[in-house]
Amino acid sequence: MTARHIISLLMENEAGALSRVAGLFSARGYNIESLTVAPTEDPTLSRMTIVTRGSEDVIEQIIKQLNKLIEVVKILDLSDGSHIERELMLVKVRAFGKDREEMKRMADIFRGRIIDVTEKTYTIELTGPGSKLDAFIEALDQTAILETVRTGASGIGRGERILKV
Amino acid sequence: MELTGAEITVRCLAEEGAEYVFGYPGGAVLNIYDEIFKQDKFKHVLVRHEQAAVHAADGYARSSGKVGVALVTSGPGLTNAVTGIATAYMDSIPMVIVSGQVPTHAIGMDAFQEVDSVGITRPCVKHNFLVKDVKDLASTIKKAFYIASTGRPGPVLVDIPKDVTQHLCEFVYPDTVSMRSYNPVVKGHSGQIKKAAQMLLEAKRPMIYAGGGVVLSNAAKQLTELTRLLGYPCTNTLMGLGAYPATDPQFLGMLGMHGTYEANMAMQHCDVLLAVGARFDDRVIGSPEHFARDARRIVHIDIDPSSISKRVKVDVPIVGDVAGVLDELIKLIKASKEKAEEKAIKAWWTQIELWRAKDCLKYNRASTIIKPQLVVEKLWEVTGGNAFVTTDVGQHQMWAAQYYKFDQPRRWITSGGLGTMGFGLPAAMGVQLANPNADVVCVTGESSIQMCIQEMSTCKQYHLPLKIVNLNNRYMGMVRQWQEFFYGNRYAESYMDSLPDFVKLAEAYGHVGMKIEKPEDIEPALREAFAMKDRFVFMDFITDQTENVFPMVAAGKGISEMILAEEL
Repeated sequence: MTARHIISLLMENEAGALSRVAGLFSARGYNIESLTVAPTEDPTLSRMTIVTRGSEDVIEQIIKQLNKLIEVVKILDLSDGSHIERELMLVKVRAFGKDREEMKRMADIFRGRIIDVTEKTYTIELTGPGSKLDAFIEALDQTAILETVRTGASGIGRGERILKV
Repeated sequence: MELTGAEITVRCLAEEGAEYVFGYPGGAVLNIYDEIFKQDKFKHVLVRHEQAAVHAADGYARSSGKVGVALVTSGPGLTNAVTGIATAYMDSIPMVIVSGQVPTHAIGMDAFQEVDSVGITRPCVKHNFLVKDVKDLASTIKKAFYIASTGRPGPVLVDIPKDVTQHLCEFVYPDTVSMRSYNPVVKGHSGQIKKAAQMLLEAKRPMIYAGGGVVLSNAAKQLTELTRLLGYPCTNTLMGLGAYPATDPQFLGMLGMHGTYEANMAMQHCDVLLAVGARFDDRVIGSPEHFARDARRIVHIDIDPSSISKRVKVDVPIVGDVAGVLDELIKLIKASKEKAEEKAIKAWWTQIELWRAKDCLKYNRASTIIKPQLVVEKLWEVTGGNAFVTTDVGQHQMWAAQYYKFDQPRRWITSGGLGTMGFGLPAAMGVQLANPNADVVCVTGESSIQMCIQEMSTCKQYHLPLKIVNLNNRYMGMVRQWQEFFYGNRYAESYMDSLPDFVKLAEAYGHVGMKIEKPEDIEPALREAFAMKDRFVFMDFITDQTENVFPMVAAGKGISEMILAEEL
């Protein structure tokens, strides 16, 4: 039984830290669906969110192996409790003629924002859980999609569940 | 006073108490070598190939318990060292490797002898550092030694660009290290240890399975005390040999792919298993699906949480330093009013003795061709069981493990995890330097020894009186054995043709060479060689080409599905 897990970790913000995590996943054959990383309010720390899939045993190993990395300060499996996930997507779509109005309407329905406009295209910014972004992509006329870019999920625990040093 | 990065590097190594640095100079480390030349705090040992520098530092570390130190140059110096680093990593050996790097401004420019050392070694070190600023140098080296020697030990690489070794900085060596991201657990959880004691006392068919972690934790004394206190059987892994005295009747021998019948059967049929500093790896338990299918409970003590429940689910995990946990366990068991059920334990021993009666390590002692097992047995006799024995990898390694009975830890020096041919000779150099008055033997084969044979030159330079026991069967024996069993006797590329005359070769390097071809000559030759206290002696034993290592468990099988030696 494999399940999707979203793992958050705090790591020393040092050169090569990301490659240690990425290298661990490839060396041990773990699956990565997405990985996001950026410094936190404390510039010496980076926060990473990893979405992965695996059986309970594999996830347990992933967390232990991540903990073993010398630069990892703290880890939390967000999937163990209630949490919030968000992902940002930018989609460039064809938008002219009668499609132009339709695209605007779709963006509004999904609470997306049009952030770049040309005569023939719109670029739509959309934020939400991954499933919402998937739904938006599916709702669009596939031939109208020129380009998509997604950040991968970022996650945070709800309420008092805090990952901090 | 301000010092250069090179001076700082050398001062740091001295501060850490380095006695020997094994290395090979080159462009990027010339400043460091110049400072080594000017100091007398530690000695430098010049090897003939960087792989040997790391293996020698490894042998030094394994036999002494101290951190080994190696020094190599950038580019090919570092890539040559990688096999040695990976060897140490797989066996959790504390080691610091200092490597030179091209100057910081040249990094990424495909400069001469540039390689991404931190990138290349990342998967085979406990941690590594690239020092870009001389101000960080001393604290980085301090951290490197700290990380290498604490928690589950391992090799740590410090990569120093050449310009950093020239830059000046005030030298202050920190007394302590504090890292928010690295705080290994040392003390085991008392509640868990209580549970373990309880479980051990309830056992009817107990088994103690101890690995290299016992040696690394210097816990052989505790393991022996606990085992004797309980009166339970004990087996050691390849890495754990010497952790429990091999001549003790409670010892069932090594377990695993080439383990004894009694050890493997007891592992499969026990009801309570105490695993100590061992990791249930594939050469030990075979396939997890076939492992110990009878109802049984497992207590697992290990300092590395990721070693617990990795291949086999355990019931009572105890994360902590083995020595401390065993101390506590001994205390609890001594204080306990409950005792193990005597009748059940006696019945279990009766069963074990039946397994032991199979005499699975028997071989044809009457052979007129030299049997390799006999050489190892004679070696044990002649050295009084007290030698430090290093090995390479293959059949000779297994025979050494099976027939040399180690009663003390840190005497058995072998590449268990990575299985590195070429390890034995350079590792023995490090062992001899750490133990100048001890008998140090490298048990090897004619294929393995050729992988680092150039180190005979180093042995000459530093007067290292090693004894080489070459079990020469003109085959890559273990490869040949697998080809015989699983590839229809098609011996693809496993025959060693055009071998050198090892006697002449040893003599060419300034050593003593001996060729032994008859079983009756084994003991006199060994006695003669070991009597030459100050000479390096290469003993070339011409052995039975067809001999195989038994018992044997085929890969992927359960460990009780052993192939035993043909009835003799």
